[in-house]
Amino acid sequence: MADDSIARRGFLTGAGVAGAGAAVLTAGLPAKEAAAEPAAAPQTWLVLTADEAAFFSATADTMIPADALSPSGSECGVPVFIDRQLAGAWGAGAKMYRAGPFHQGTPEQGYQLPLTPRDYFAAGIEAANSWSRKTYGKTFDRLNPDQRAEALTALETGKAALEDFDAKAFFQRLLAITMEGFFSDPIYGGNRGKASWRMLGFPGLPATYAGKVEEYRGKRYVAEPQSIADFS
Amino acid sequence: MATRLKEIDAVVIGMGWAGGVMARELTLAGLNVVGLERGPDHRPAQDFAMPGIRDELKYQQRLELMGDNSIDTITFRNQPAQMALPIRRWSAFLPGEGVGGTGNHWGASHWRFQPDDFRLRTYLQTRYGAKAIPDTMTIQDWPVSYDELEPYYDRFDKVCGVSGKAGNLKGRKIAGGNIFEGARANEYPNRPMPPSEGGAIFAAAAKGLGYHPFPVPFSAASAPYKNIYGVTMGACQECGFCTRTACEASAKASTVSTIMPALRQESKFELRTRVFVSKLVYDKAAKRVTGVLYTDLKTGQEYEQPANIVVLSAFVFSNTHMLLHSGIGTPYDHATATGVVGKNYCYQFEAPAAAFFPDKELNPYMGSPGGGVVIDDFNNASFDHAGLGFFGGGYIIASSGGSPPINGRSVPEGTPAWGSQWKRETVKWYYHSVHFNTQGSVYGHRDNYMDLDPTYKDALGRPLLRLTYNGTDNDHAMSRYLLSRVEGVVKAMGPAHYELRPRPRNFSIVPYQSTHNAGGTIMGTDPGNSVVNRYSQAWDAHNLFVMGASTFPQQNGYNPTGTLGALALWSADKIKNSYLKNPGPLVHA
Repeated sequence: MADDSIARRGFLTGAGVAGAGAAVLTAGLPAKEAAAEPAAAPQTWLVLTADEAAFFSATADTMIPADALSPSGSECGVPVFIDRQLAGAWGAGAKMYRAGPFHQGTPEQGYQLPLTPRDYFAAGIEAANSWSRKTYGKTFDRLNPDQRAEALTALETGKAALEDFDAKAFFQRLLAITMEGFFSDPIYGGNRGKASWRMLGFPGLPATYAGKVEEYRGKRYVAEPQSIADFS
Repeated sequence: MATRLKEIDAVVIGMGWAGGVMARELTLAGLNVVGLERGPDHRPAQDFAMPGIRDELKYQQRLELMGDNSIDTITFRNQPAQMALPIRRWSAFLPGEGVGGTGNHWGASHWRFQPDDFRLRTYLQTRYGAKAIPDTMTIQDWPVSYDELEPYYDRFDKVCGVSGKAGNLKGRKIAGGNIFEGARANEYPNRPMPPSEGGAIFAAAAKGLGYHPFPVPFSAASAPYKNIYGVTMGACQECGFCTRTACEASAKASTVSTIMPALRQESKFELRTRVFVSKLVYDKAAKRVTGVLYTDLKTGQEYEQPANIVVLSAFVFSNTHMLLHSGIGTPYDHATATGVVGKNYCYQFEAPAAAFFPDKELNPYMGSPGGGVVIDDFNNASFDHAGLGFFGGGYIIASSGGSPPINGRSVPEGTPAWGSQWKRETVKWYYHSVHFNTQGSVYGHRDNYMDLDPTYKDALGRPLLRLTYNGTDNDHAMSRYLLSRVEGVVKAMGPAHYELRPRPRNFSIVPYQSTHNAGGTIMGTDPGNSVVNRYSQAWDAHNLFVMGASTFPQQNGYNPTGTLGALALWSADKIKNSYLKNPGPLVHA
């Protein structure tokens, strides 16, 4: 696959056009264009810088590549989800104990940094891009697909020596928020067109299955997925 | 300066399960009761309503119903020689906040302990010899027996509308129920939930091996139910979102769904929410608590609420913390292994397994926790421990369902975590996995305890509670044994692939494991071995009743809530029938 096929800056135009490969056939459902929203105006970010948006878009597309099962992570709105999460209370460290003193501690003692999620990702992206420039001569979002996969694996395994940042821990948090964006209810800006729910065969709401455990014992239950928004 | 309020008959600190039960029972006894709750009120019709309650991100990931660590947390270390560091956001365990407490988001497994669990030290010594128990294992008998608690277990069943199948009715063993349970006076209030398909496959295999499978007792109504407080519960909708989420149908039992509707009509009850209790006002000479100091989080104003009876019914950590901070009872001193407040902290030793059945359609998102099928053949007194090298045990449960997409995607170990192959494997297995859990006991150890942290403070400037805990050799051996029993059944189920997920050597506060914490204000026969007596009355303050799993001398191989509720009802009865007539120590040590 050529570098350009990833549409590196495609998220800037809202990632609005579903490619032909995005048609999904799963769980016996009819093919549905998962990201079949009209092309939107250029994305306005709440907190992400252009570099951060490019990074999240590239990592989302590497972790969740477009294939027969779903559109890509960015086409599904994962960067939009991350932007909104980091802009909100959770991103600002709500409900976290943030008093010092700060010590590294043991792995068993868990997260011990004063950084809020928003600051954590900002610092992590700086460190990851700096490492990427040293290793590949360019930032992560400008790598070709093979390089992206290689770079993500280096973060995942800790082989990437980030300056003053824990690569493995950063990768795990990046993976977690990417998957949250892909699989959460579309009201949060990700999982556009319920693409991941179609992929899995998860029906979403209303999830009132009294009697259905027996009725569908040994048989697959199939329903058009519905979001919180469909009932609001 | 704290504003001194008018004295009240009883004040209840923490409106979770124990607090809710006590508030209801004491108002029924004619007392005027004030309930103090640090979090918000919760009204199902507006706070747990459809469609917003079906939100995995909000409830399961962002922990909407859990306590706010920015104002209060605990510090943690594995070993006494380490520096403890704060838990900056709950994760291994998830204490709740607000009216209903942790009971709003529990998985509603509703258990009784075995009769021999209540006489654990005596039972083990009698069966395995006087020297069988290692010196470091600080287990002790409960000061209350199963038979004494049975009427209150029964009453709590009828508060909660529990759905299940009895296995021992008045001593008569019944196939299809739990034949290892103590004798019950009555059948469960509601018939059990239908088993999940994964549970049904497990049941068949377990039965073939000579075990005794039965439906997990589930603290939710399988059909609409009017409880003993006159509150009507709806029927479980088997939504698959139960754990970490509240119930829109008011089918899952909690203080919010089973008690508050009655208390809201009760003129003798007053609820004060968003108030943070900082300290009990203790008159050491009189061995009495005169009242409670709290800060109203809505105004910043500090109040002193004098009360004749104080019920301390917060979570395990807050109960222990409150006594330590208020100077009530002798703190546990690890160096000398003396003192009692903070002693015998016990976690729950759960270890899971998974099996994959490509040919079975398991509809992983539907069903309730009540669809689980259990064998109790490997709990404490269910089997012979001779030669095994450990004591304790736990039930084994299997189920499919209740697997929403962010958290519930089980794939075989070694599957990539991202990329196209990850996607294919995720889709391949989503409909076809069965999960297992082992509800392992944790027995007290002299190195596992709670005290006050020397460094970190909460939002009110109080030292945080410090937890020192690691899994013991005994509990690890027990857990490995339970997983080996799981493996036997799993193999008989004939999966394409299975994997056991044993516990790592060191306890970590990072991955979620269980919210079942116990100990710290344990009950016993005298002030030398306990903080409270058999009625949960503090030895050092006769009008202070400490409620909840903090009073358990050790953790058994069952979920704690059934026993916690029964203990609250038993104490309430004693307060009504004895204490109110003659306030003072109910047990003379």
